[in-house]
Amino acid sequence: VTNDVLIVGAGPAGLTAAVELRRLGVKRVLVAEREEQPGGVPRHSWHTGYGLRDRHRILSGPAYARVLTNAVGRAGAELRTGCTVTDLQAGGENLTAVLTSQAGIEEIRPSAVLLATGCRERPRSARLVPGDRPAGVLTTGELQQRVYLRGEQLPGRALVVGAEHVSFSAVVTLAHAGARVVALTTEHERHQSYAAFRLGAALRWRVPVWTGMAVTRVTGAAGRLGSVEITDLRSGQVRTVDCDWLVFTADWIPDHELARSCGLDLDPGTRGPAIDPAMTTSTPGVFAAGNLVHAAETADVAALSGRHAARQICSYLAGQRVRTRPARVQIVAEPPLHWISPNIVPSGGPTPPRDRFILRTNEFQRPARLTVRQDGNVLARSRPQRLIPGRPLSVPSSWLAAADPEAGPITVIIEPAS
Amino acid sequence: MSWDVAIIGGGVVGSAIARELAGYQLRCVLLEAADDVGTGTSKANTAILHTGFDAGPGTLESRLVTRGSSLLREYAQETGIAVEPTGALLVAWTPEQASSLDGIVAKARANGYFRAVPVSESGVYEREPRLGPGAVAGLWIPDEWVIDPWSVSLAFATEAVRAGVSLRLRTKVTGVTVLDGGFELAVASRTEPVRCRFAVNAAGLASDQVDRMFGCEGFSIQPRKGELIVFDKLARPLLSSIILPVPTPRTKGVLVAPTVFGNVLVGPTAEDVADRSDLSTTAAGLAALVAAGRQILPALEQEEVTATYAGLRAATEHRDYQVSRHGRYARVAGIRSTGLTASLAIAEHVAGLLEEAGLALEPRADGWRRVPPRMPYLGEAGSRPYQLAERIAADPPYGEIACHCERVTKGEIRDALASDLPPAGLDGLRRRTRAMNGRCQAFFCGAAVSAMFGRGGGQRDQ
Repeated sequence: VTNDVLIVGAGPAGLTAAVELRRLGVKRVLVAEREEQPGGVPRHSWHTGYGLRDRHRILSGPAYARVLTNAVGRAGAELRTGCTVTDLQAGGENLTAVLTSQAGIEEIRPSAVLLATGCRERPRSARLVPGDRPAGVLTTGELQQRVYLRGEQLPGRALVVGAEHVSFSAVVTLAHAGARVVALTTEHERHQSYAAFRLGAALRWRVPVWTGMAVTRVTGAAGRLGSVEITDLRSGQVRTVDCDWLVFTADWIPDHELARSCGLDLDPGTRGPAIDPAMTTSTPGVFAAGNLVHAAETADVAALSGRHAARQICSYLAGQRVRTRPARVQIVAEPPLHWISPNIVPSGGPTPPRDRFILRTNEFQRPARLTVRQDGNVLARSRPQRLIPGRPLSVPSSWLAAADPEAGPITVIIEPAS
Repeated sequence: MSWDVAIIGGGVVGSAIARELAGYQLRCVLLEAADDVGTGTSKANTAILHTGFDAGPGTLESRLVTRGSSLLREYAQETGIAVEPTGALLVAWTPEQASSLDGIVAKARANGYFRAVPVSESGVYEREPRLGPGAVAGLWIPDEWVIDPWSVSLAFATEAVRAGVSLRLRTKVTGVTVLDGGFELAVASRTEPVRCRFAVNAAGLASDQVDRMFGCEGFSIQPRKGELIVFDKLARPLLSSIILPVPTPRTKGVLVAPTVFGNVLVGPTAEDVADRSDLSTTAAGLAALVAAGRQILPALEQEEVTATYAGLRAATEHRDYQVSRHGRYARVAGIRSTGLTASLAIAEHVAGLLEEAGLALEPRADGWRRVPPRMPYLGEAGSRPYQLAERIAADPPYGEIACHCERVTKGEIRDALASDLPPAGLDGLRRRTRAMNGRCQAFFCGAAVSAMFGRGGGQRDQ
């Protein structure tokens, strides 16, 4: 029996998992990356702040991507770039993956698969923003690649949709590419990032944040973006902003195509595969980690989730874990909470990565506790935390042993801190 | 120098006419105002290969759609253009609608279509189990299929160009002078006017303006905007056929249909607009389509939207096509939403009209025959290059996927850039390859694909 593990995606989660699998003695580890360069999103994200929680140092995105990639080489895992997993079939205990690259089409039968396919931002069309379809409308992902990987200049005026961390990162990228950023707009009542980022944008680039505003129309001129209509959600007042670039930021969605096409159960909140604290999906032998299961956490959190998944894969391969599906109960994050990850509680098993469940909310709220309940019993209460859309919330996993996987669903609700 | 025939408008109809005339000993020029063929109504439609079952019986449209339908099926087969034999299920949601189904069957017969079959309520749900509640009855029309609309114009134009037709892009006709035995066409951005013995107006949304340049009148284009929403490929398993509503006198209504590219399409709306260049979507239109889509196929609510767009039908105040001859000038106008299906039959018909006017349709030299171009297969039902081991072995770039959502390889992008009709811009590349048309809308591949375009084809764009 060969203990082969296929990792799909060479971002922080996939690369870190590969190193850990090798460290734990898994003989053959293959990381398949569809892009030409490994590293995932950090490879085109030039700002600093990468590597804090996993490498205990602070690096730029490309430097962090290099560190992770080099570690894979040293650990003796195989990394194939320009290689797409075009099909994944999971039937019983047998996993079959199809790898497509310029070398041809190869079918492999790994013992376990880790899906680490990451996430992306919802583009303008998915947000149903009406109007013309001119060039010049981007997501941060495309913006960063055009500017940092292709060296493009983007002269003219730019408007950034969103006011989260990534939105401020887009401001920096646009400024680097020669654009003049007119403003960041958000439908929320205030921005969702750090006060320091907000202040930096205001002072360094004189970029205001327009709150309570929705982009309601895009107007083109001769195929290029001409102007954008902004509607004040309070007054209904409409204004037109001339600009050459419109960047849609955040509003993350997991890149879950492979997960869905091989039939994994999805979590309705995260829209990634439903997973338990061992990063096990609904199909035995198929694991998921990184921003596929929590879109989007910072790269170091994704990396640690990959490392955790690697350990669980080793236990699985060693046969320590029951391979038949045990009783499982779903965790439901009640609105205005948006999602929780992991979102399944099985009988037994490990605690989740970093001994906590991660959540998101859709609404700003004063500091409040997150309460975990099952069948009317309170299993746990978090410390009071500020609720900001797009920013991480967490509940420690210490209550797991008290949960009953045979009983009713577990719910997480917001309770005012008293 | 004078051309035998100048065709004004390189949409699907004008391109088909150019292709048809290329089979004779004629010198033809195809004049297109935009930077590519098939950029108007021809690119933004519902991409259905119609049977003509619901046309107005006895109309020219009915006759040409019926004939064109079988010609295009054959042509798609010859060229490798993606077609899916989905069939259509026309669904009645009220008893009144159900009572009109017999009339629709009778109309289909009057149009020469005899294969429409009534379906019971349970039969409707057997065919389409994911359909929303409330269907009363239906009609099964097995020969309404879906087709790749972009490749059709490209194939016609490619075949015409290879057979010697001169294609002039970015060449808008701005005026017509009637000469003895022909016309002189003034064109924007060129100093030399175009002289021709015969002229064809296939200018689509501008056809009434062109018509007046020839001194004719009798119809005016009343653009009717249709907005459409394309849902993610992951929604494709939700249905197997085209879901049609019962038509009203004004519109065929909002349909839900698979696309050959593997998506689900909802639309079109029908709104009369004044501006012939207004291709914008509206908040109201998109909201109406989302609501209609959820009613017809409730599971769509869970699926992501990949794209939204709008097209303009070149409607007129008349019920039928406006195809006629005035001396050496042929008017081919008012081809609303059936132009894609009817295009090859329209082309035959127009060649006949020109012959009546004295154009000699001499077959080309002995041994010459039409060679339909082999088009890249852009469908999901068959095999694409990334799925073909032998193709990758022979030409490894077919294994290098550049656009991940649509699985477009570097080999296909390279081919499009080197084709007889290379794209002038990224939109043209999209229509030739599907690159950047997927769910991420260029988040992952936009920078890399633009760079390939810049290296391989951007220089061609003046």
